[in-house]
Amino acid sequence: MQTPTLVVVLLALMALAFHLGRRRSFTVATRCGGIKALHSLPSHYGTLTAMWCAIPAAIVLFVWVAFEPTVIEHLVVGALPADYRALPAERLSLVINDVKNMVSGNVVSRDPDPAMRAAAAHYQNLERISAAALSVVVLAIAIGGVSIGWRMVSPRTRARNKVEIVVKYFLIISSTVAVFTTLGIVLSVLFESIRFFGRVPISEFLFGLNWSPQTAIRDDQVGSSGAFGAIPLFAGTLMISFIAMLVAAPIGLFSAIYLAEYATPRVRSIAKPLLEILAGIPTVVYGFFAALTVAPFVRDTGNAIGLEVSSESALAAGFVMGIMLIPFVSSLSDDVINAVPQSLRDGAYALGATRSEMIKQIVLPAALPGVIGGLLLAVSRAIGETMIVVMAAGLAANLTANPLDAVTTVTVQIVTLLVGDQEFDSAKTLAAFALGLLLFVVTLALNIVALHVVRKYREQYD
Amino acid sequence: MITQASPQTEESMDTGKPAPSRTASIGTRSRVSNKALDDRGFSETVGDITVDQPRMQTRDVNVYYGDKQAIKDVSLDIGRNEVVAMIGPSGCGKSTFIRCLNRMNDTIEGCRVTGTITLDKQDIYDPTLDVVQLRARVGMVFQKPNPFPKSIYDNVAYGPRIHGLVSSRMETDEIVQRSLERAGLWSEVKDRLTSSGTGLSGGQQQRLCIARAIAVSPDVILMDEPCSALDPIATARIEELIDELRENYTIAIVTHSMQQAARVSQRTAYFHLGDLVEVGETNQIFTNPRHRLTEDYITGRFG
Ligand SMILES: Nc1ncnc2c1ncn2[C@@H]1O[C@H](COP(=O)(O)OP(=O)(O)OP(=O)(O)O)[C@@H](O)[C@H]1O
Ligand SMILES: [Mg+2]
Repeated sequence: MQTPTLVVVLLALMALAFHLGRRRSFTVATRCGGIKALHSLPSHYGTLTAMWCAIPAAIVLFVWVAFEPTVIEHLVVGALPADYRALPAERLSLVINDVKNMVSGNVVSRDPDPAMRAAAAHYQNLERISAAALSVVVLAIAIGGVSIGWRMVSPRTRARNKVEIVVKYFLIISSTVAVFTTLGIVLSVLFESIRFFGRVPISEFLFGLNWSPQTAIRDDQVGSSGAFGAIPLFAGTLMISFIAMLVAAPIGLFSAIYLAEYATPRVRSIAKPLLEILAGIPTVVYGFFAALTVAPFVRDTGNAIGLEVSSESALAAGFVMGIMLIPFVSSLSDDVINAVPQSLRDGAYALGATRSEMIKQIVLPAALPGVIGGLLLAVSRAIGETMIVVMAAGLAANLTANPLDAVTTVTVQIVTLLVGDQEFDSAKTLAAFALGLLLFVVTLALNIVALHVVRKYREQYD
Repeated sequence: MITQASPQTEESMDTGKPAPSRTASIGTRSRVSNKALDDRGFSETVGDITVDQPRMQTRDVNVYYGDKQAIKDVSLDIGRNEVVAMIGPSGCGKSTFIRCLNRMNDTIEGCRVTGTITLDKQDIYDPTLDVVQLRARVGMVFQKPNPFPKSIYDNVAYGPRIHGLVSSRMETDEIVQRSLERAGLWSEVKDRLTSSGTGLSGGQQQRLCIARAIAVSPDVILMDEPCSALDPIATARIEELIDELRENYTIAIVTHSMQQAARVSQRTAYFHLGDLVEVGETNQIFTNPRHRLTEDYITGRFG
């Protein structure tokens, strides 16, 4: 049986086991005086039986599939003629590759000799045996599991507790996978960055004012030395984020105030979904909106009033990014404003406050920490945002304070460093990892601060 | 009688009954009601709804939440310098009624008030009346203490500031101190005026809310179960305070505790399912109730 088929069969067996266990528990129950006499509910016994059926079998299946290729390879090598086995390790692995290719019918790097043909046949044979053995073993274990589970159905078995324990470990494993994946990503970025810092000093990277990541292929090439100063990139990132927040913070906040305090339910029921649609627009769409509509508009307007505006400007990218962030800011602010207890509003009204006084003096101060937390989250999104700036901000690493100039951002540079054919150990490619690491550290710090602020605020009214 | 809708339901104004002139209806009637005898055997309010020196008067007040009627034809006077207690089983409309008196119901979606309510003979639901000024004259203390998340000082100074009652720091200091003293809180907080009002104990918070309410020198103070979250000692302190405040203010208090009603009030009104069943001298209500429903309630056979 093929492995996928085996999995399907296993699932079917599991369903059957559940059913059997449940049925069995009813039978047992009637014998000793009703469902109440059982320790757990029939469905718990069913689940327990299903678990006995599936879990050991699944573990064996997993381990087998994981080790099968290594074991088979080992056996095939062992059966090769002596002169092959005496080859150095790299050559041997080439031979094995060829054998595998022959098995799967791919192109082979050289003419196969009889020894290799034999090895391929042997390989295929072993695979077939392994698959058959796997099916037999797994099904045997599964059926054995069903019978164990079946026999465990008795009034004294604490099926519920056992099921709960298994569920707990299942959840633990799931969250561990998530945590370790994140950790793995961070570590791989970290290691690549360390390799990068082996070539470019960390001080130059952090404080250098020049970014031109061209490294020479030949030593005698012109401009062979690349410059890896990240300051211009971060300056660009910060400027665009700042412009974005200048747009998003007031508009988002004011629309949140309107929606939470002034809008009638009718208006709110229309306006809120509309804002959420804005949040659902893919960033690439914002990107070409920025590049094709806003940037030319900014340039033309600038030129019309006599300003020098490049066709890719920080202003255009920041403005569009701000629009993208409006729903983010407004829905977070809306939440914190709504979390301000009605009793505070009543208190202010009862003293004769008008609505705007009440909002300015009671609701906003009370909601302020939460609003600030939301804004910080928005900033960290702005810093990490890629698509809009790739399309609208440009590639020139200018260190400038003029929002009408083209600037570039960290994310844009990461993209350009990694797009296209690259050697994977040049300083240029590794620089992307260092930038990624730095970006990660910055947004992580921002998120931690923001979440801390938001949480502190939450506790206030619990 | 005037039909007046809260701002959210302005359309409903047109559908109201023809409005006779408002001045005619008030002050001339007592215990006159055209309510039909309903199935609970209840026809009209028992006892004298009027007082000699009314501060607030309500006539035939009906309150609806959407289609549901929460208050039915309630007429009641609240006199100067008296404490009127409102009692009745849960859900009978006490809070709804008291919230009509400073138009706090305006903030509730779909709430509609009809009938006449006057403060010193002036219709408070008159469209030309500024609700901000009304609420400055009719203050309110809520069931749950709701100090603003500001300093104790700013809590008390809030009302005077928004109404422009103070122009200098010294004046503000004075009002804050006076209000806190009257609320019996001054000695406990005078060293920590800048710390947050939410950091006080429940009883202190409630007294802070009372101080906040009297800082704007209202004519009437409405209290909706002000002691329900407090322990007996804090409750006693606030009852004492209510008694002192009576000298200068008119007070309407909703309470679930009949002992409290008996201790602090001069007149008591018993509400039942949106009807005002009986009004009278507090003594008389508790010793000699005239309506069967009132008697059932105060003897504990109901609610
Ligand atoms: N915002 C509202 N929307 C709809 N119905 C309401 C609203 N507030 C109160 N009601 C209804 O109006 C009726 C009277 O409520 P109210 O709060 O005035 O009662 P209460 O006498 O204060 O009760 P309690 O003693 O429990 O505080 C109840 O039936 C209640 O369900
Ligand atoms: Mg109430």
